[in-house]
Amino acid sequence: MTVPGERASARRGRHPGKRREPPPAGTSRTAGYFFVALYVALLILLGIVPVVYAIYLALSHPAAGSGPGFIGTFSDYRFLPAFKHVTEFMAYWLISQTILVVGLVLMLHSLTSRVGAVYRFLFYIPGALAGAASVIVWLFLLDPSASPFAFVLHWLGYAQFNNAIAPSNLPVIFALMAFWTGAGGWIVVMYGALNNIPHELLESAQMDGANAFNTALRIKLPLIRKWVVYMLVLSFAGGTQLFVEPAVLGTASLGVGISKYWSPNQLAWFVASQYSYYNQAAAISLDLLVFGLVIAAVLVWRGRLFEVE
Amino acid sequence: MTIPRRYLFRLVAFAILLIFTAFFVVPIVWLFLAPTKTDGQLLNRSPFAFGSLSTLAHTFHTVVTYNGHSVLIWLKNSAIYSFGGTALAVLAAIPAGYGLALTQFIGRRALLATTLVVMIMPATALVLPLFLEMDKIGLYGTIWALILPFGFFPFGVYLTYIYFSSTIPKDLLAAARIDGAGEWRVFRYIALPLARPIVALVGFFAFVASWNNFFLPFVMTYDNSKYPLQIGLQQLIGSTASFNPANFSAGSSVVVLHRPDLAMAVIIAIAPVLIVFLFAQRALVSGMLAGATKE
Repeated sequence: MTVPGERASARRGRHPGKRREPPPAGTSRTAGYFFVALYVALLILLGIVPVVYAIYLALSHPAAGSGPGFIGTFSDYRFLPAFKHVTEFMAYWLISQTILVVGLVLMLHSLTSRVGAVYRFLFYIPGALAGAASVIVWLFLLDPSASPFAFVLHWLGYAQFNNAIAPSNLPVIFALMAFWTGAGGWIVVMYGALNNIPHELLESAQMDGANAFNTALRIKLPLIRKWVVYMLVLSFAGGTQLFVEPAVLGTASLGVGISKYWSPNQLAWFVASQYSYYNQAAAISLDLLVFGLVIAAVLVWRGRLFEVE
Repeated sequence: MTIPRRYLFRLVAFAILLIFTAFFVVPIVWLFLAPTKTDGQLLNRSPFAFGSLSTLAHTFHTVVTYNGHSVLIWLKNSAIYSFGGTALAVLAAIPAGYGLALTQFIGRRALLATTLVVMIMPATALVLPLFLEMDKIGLYGTIWALILPFGFFPFGVYLTYIYFSSTIPKDLLAAARIDGAGEWRVFRYIALPLARPIVALVGFFAFVASWNNFFLPFVMTYDNSKYPLQIGLQQLIGSTASFNPANFSAGSSVVVLHRPDLAMAVIIAIAPVLIVFLFAQRALVSGMLAGATKE
């Protein structure tokens, strides 16, 4: 997971005036190919070929009766709403996750390490429930008649399950699900990063009269900033791909009618499976990929993720 | 102000931590208690009341025998896809990580950079392109349409690369080579025995990723008898009366499930991952930190 470290050392290697490391004594140059062969085969077959094939499909002119091509995809009446839904979901999720994960990890780091470890473990458990399992747990949680959090639902004015999962609530609900399963893992990772801060640094801050709050805000936070950006990059890329949550929730919609093309990935699958509009499906997948990669690139660049320290 | 600021600060921090602990843990506790109750008890009794062991046994029986033991078939499918994918992932990732870290070849840096890019790219981004490809080459509907993509695990390659480049001294391998050991022997008898922890870690991450995957099998399987458990769970929601009352008219022959049954099915589905989570937490955490703690 050290993208930062790796790139940093790669850059150092390219630094003018510094020679590239000679190969270890006695290494044959062909042995390397042998070790990476199987992985490279999988990388080509399952990583590169599908993307190239999707680009080809998206940009080639579809045969008559097999759906719109790349440009026509944008004018599909379902296209913009799907992207709007996902954008709204990500706004709720990324903002709350960033604030809460950073806040919680700074708070845990100010506790004794044993107490902190208990909390970290408890927060981490929901990570075991990914995919459909976590959505089902949330179905129960959102059902005012059975939920352990029924008092919250009643307080918000939801007496029935279908009030709680009203379409306007979906972006918030999906954000809650994503936070519930994912936050613990990030807290663990960032806690580890905080532990790498030298003790002397924190001690000297204390001696200079900084209280816990100031130490957290002015010393610890800047030092884990890279990890926050890294979390944002990965979450952003993953968030655009939303599929399982709306798909599974839609199965239990009690007639509320959650659309079968709520998210872009659902729309892509819908046109591929219902109408065999493969060009359109490929075009949507490609849009998602480009959308995710562009924003990730901006975050990487603006957040100076790969900076040499 | 009567309460010193320091104590007030602690009190607020404690309250916040308490709220979040409830948020993360209460649903899990509730989930494990639900199958001990009947659907009626689930509504009437306290969310944290324990029903009875006989109800638990009955719920378990209902779920397992549902629709000709579908749950067991899905469990078997999940195991085949996940273990197959994990075996392939380990077989490919461990030598590849070793090769990237400790050998020299043309294109090494390019391969490393590609691995990083693919690693940041979410796996779901490739699902539809993979579907189109598998459909084209005739693997759609076979187990390979799942096992091959599960076996492609760049994160495992990266973890192995980090491990080998930071823990195995190059001099050790060089010494073996000077003594006349071939490349394969160096890997097989020196590097691999030292890499046991990373093999376990890559295996675990690959297993969890495959076991929990929903989108790929959703797209690649079309037959009830081929579903893994994650897809089966979705079907069970459709059979659960309280979430889909419209599906059940009076006198219908469809087997009706209730909320406790669905909770039981979720527990069966997450049990393998949860067990490893609980017992291997320390190893897992150290793995997640593999990047953070090593230069």
